[in-house]
Amino acid sequence: MQIKPILTALRHHKAGTVLIAVQIALTLAIVCNALFIIHQRVTQLSQPSGLDEAHLIRIQNQWVGKADDKAYGSLMATDLATLRKLPGVADAYATNSVPLSGGGWSMSLRLKADQSAPSAQTAIYFSDDHTLSTLGLKLVAGRNFRADDIRPMSAKEDLLHPAVIIVTRALADKLFPTSRAVGQTVYLANHLSTIIGVVERMQTPWVGMSWGSAASTLVPFRLLTGGTNYVIRTQPGQPDRVRRSAPDALFAQNRMRVIPDQHGVETFRQIRADAYASDRGMAILMGVICVVLLAITAAGIVGLTSFWVGQRRKQIGVRRALGATRGDILSYFLTENLLIGMGGVLLGIALAIGLNLWMVTRFEMQHLSLWYVLAGAVALLLLGQGAVLAPALRASRVSPVEATRSV
Amino acid sequence: MFAYYLQLGLRSLRRNPALTALMVIAIGFGVAASMTTYAVFRAVSGDPIPWKSDQLFVPQIDSWGPAQGRQAGDLPDALSYTDAMALMRAHVGHRQTAIYPVGLSLIPPGQTAKPIAAHGYATYTDFFSMFDVPFQYGSSWPVSDDTGRGNAVVITRKLNQRLFGGADSVGKVINLDGSDYRVSGVIRDWNPKPRFFDVANGSGFGGEADFYMPFTRAIDLQIGTGGNNNCTKVAAAGWDGWLHSSCVWIAYWVELPTAAAVTRYRNYLKGYAADQRKSGRFDWTPAVRLSDVPQWLNLQHVVPPETRVSMLISLGFLVVCLVNTIGLLLAKFMRRAPEIGVRRALGASRREIYKQFLLEAAAVGLVGGVLGLLLTGVGMLGVGLVFEADVARLAHMNLSLVMLTVLVAVVATLLAALYPTWRAASVQPAWQLKSN
Repeated sequence: MQIKPILTALRHHKAGTVLIAVQIALTLAIVCNALFIIHQRVTQLSQPSGLDEAHLIRIQNQWVGKADDKAYGSLMATDLATLRKLPGVADAYATNSVPLSGGGWSMSLRLKADQSAPSAQTAIYFSDDHTLSTLGLKLVAGRNFRADDIRPMSAKEDLLHPAVIIVTRALADKLFPTSRAVGQTVYLANHLSTIIGVVERMQTPWVGMSWGSAASTLVPFRLLTGGTNYVIRTQPGQPDRVRRSAPDALFAQNRMRVIPDQHGVETFRQIRADAYASDRGMAILMGVICVVLLAITAAGIVGLTSFWVGQRRKQIGVRRALGATRGDILSYFLTENLLIGMGGVLLGIALAIGLNLWMVTRFEMQHLSLWYVLAGAVALLLLGQGAVLAPALRASRVSPVEATRSV
Repeated sequence: MFAYYLQLGLRSLRRNPALTALMVIAIGFGVAASMTTYAVFRAVSGDPIPWKSDQLFVPQIDSWGPAQGRQAGDLPDALSYTDAMALMRAHVGHRQTAIYPVGLSLIPPGQTAKPIAAHGYATYTDFFSMFDVPFQYGSSWPVSDDTGRGNAVVITRKLNQRLFGGADSVGKVINLDGSDYRVSGVIRDWNPKPRFFDVANGSGFGGEADFYMPFTRAIDLQIGTGGNNNCTKVAAAGWDGWLHSSCVWIAYWVELPTAAAVTRYRNYLKGYAADQRKSGRFDWTPAVRLSDVPQWLNLQHVVPPETRVSMLISLGFLVVCLVNTIGLLLAKFMRRAPEIGVRRALGASRREIYKQFLLEAAAVGLVGGVLGLLLTGVGMLGVGLVFEADVARLAHMNLSLVMLTVLVAVVATLLAALYPTWRAASVQPAWQLKSN
């Protein structure tokens, strides 16, 4: 295939050529960045929480009226006994927060008391000896809490100073990259705690925190406050039934409580959906934009090429009359499109990287992987070839007789 | 001539329906995507109190010090109890209030009703006049309730409807967490978007509060904050230990009506910070900052980054659609070069050619705008999928958005038509006539 005559011909269609190239370049820049955003969001929302999500229900409970903090301990114990007896319930415990719920406690950990910068930041989950079995957490080292490890803690009167704690593997690896974490001691706030167990994974309550999504610590305390979360693990196939029966059982047992209408009783699936709503939404929006954009760019190429074919019917007829085969005509238009496409793609790569660099400084985005740009470039070249195929085939069918017609 | 050109334009558009449809669809999608994301952006980036946003200020004090591994300028976004009370006592602004969110349970009158969760704010009486809160019945509580820890409460129309059927309930008593409160006023629907006075807790676009109670009373009853509580270290146990700790959890607002008042307040803050060091409370001179409403919303990143990124991507999408339209219009217009040649030869000026072709483009833009309007409507239904529910609820179609959609479509298409029209008007009549 000779490229020189194609380039000469393109010089007569400068505007159209430039427009197609610019369109391809802009499309490439937008699609690369949009796909990259989709990839990031999907990575984010497909992280495992470490929990047996399908069977978990959370109930937010608020006591009514003024009560002494100490009184909450027995109220909670009665509630838990009620819940654990309920048909369809496998286990239950009370806590301050659950993964992905958006609100909770975080504290810093230090390896030495006088260390100025903390060694790690961690989410704090109030737990008891039922926590691991309720959430379905996998213990990978050490032991679970025993019933006699669990202490009551008044938020107003006591400071958090657990003698023993269980940490996630992510946190253990960060604190003790080279040695076993079980048996080691760390300073939580200003008090020394011993790590007795490590669980495989448990996400923090927050999505997208800079200090890591799985740095969590379980503390053996029952937090005595007016508001608490009950987490229930149901038997297989029972979540819907327990979702209705559990609040009824709690109210039957004691009426002086509030379970909010909104988010009061939720399955873990709902909590996950809420936590990642904006990530999923962004991914969908970017996906829709990519698809429509590619469709419009392809349609634009079809439109302009069809126009060129219409304009050049006579020249095509002359070439055919002089011995050019249909294949020659077809490959002429395909090559022409490939040349324009390559020009556009080169410009597009620069634009895609520029746009990404700008978004990195402006919106705390990550750097675009070059593979995305290359894959996008190849995809757009193929799209161009696909779009040009129909008009090029039509051109190849132009009969040599056209050469003799005057218009 | 106008009607004739319009007729010519429509006929030409009908001649290649596929090409025309392609242009209309491109413009429709481009405009719809931009308008949908713009509507969301507009909803979250508005000024919640435009007539006063340059007179309301948030002071910040670096009560945590430089040793906590934070960057310079990254001050705590709330005040500690110690600092908030010192600022209240000094009373340097025209009006001022400390605010924190509280979540209480409310027992409705009557034996059978279930208790309900009520969300409110503990604040000072200046709150209502500072933020121009409209009252339906009664008024805010007197200053004596601030100083005397009075059991007054201001409830919202929503709660008044639920408890008293919407009647004038001033003087009636409600029970929150086991304590009685006397209603001093009922406020009309008032929920600024974003809720600028409490953006440190939650997105700032949540539902309306239920009640407002005196700050001093809430502290007396040891009601903890329903919002964030950030501490560096906790020195002592118990309620008093918490109040006098470095924990920050109080929003503080001050009204400064004149530039002189702002300067005076800024100097006061600097002086206060210096005094804290002198008195030995801090071993550093705390940095201070005073921000008005727009500065504060910006500092707190109230506009979610998703809305900005998606608006940018959508605008890029519109640009591609326009480039596409330029190409298609060029093809369409140049195909009619012989016709233009004949018209020019028969005496039509360039100006007439411009008129004819721009009118044709405007017609495309108009149809594209109508399609864009339909798609924007669909997009509005879809924003719930894409943005947080609280934010999505704010975005809605109104007359200005409808006008803007059509206007953007027509103007964008006319801009896209400029180059193709110029090419059409530059057609040489002689050349065209000769080649035919």
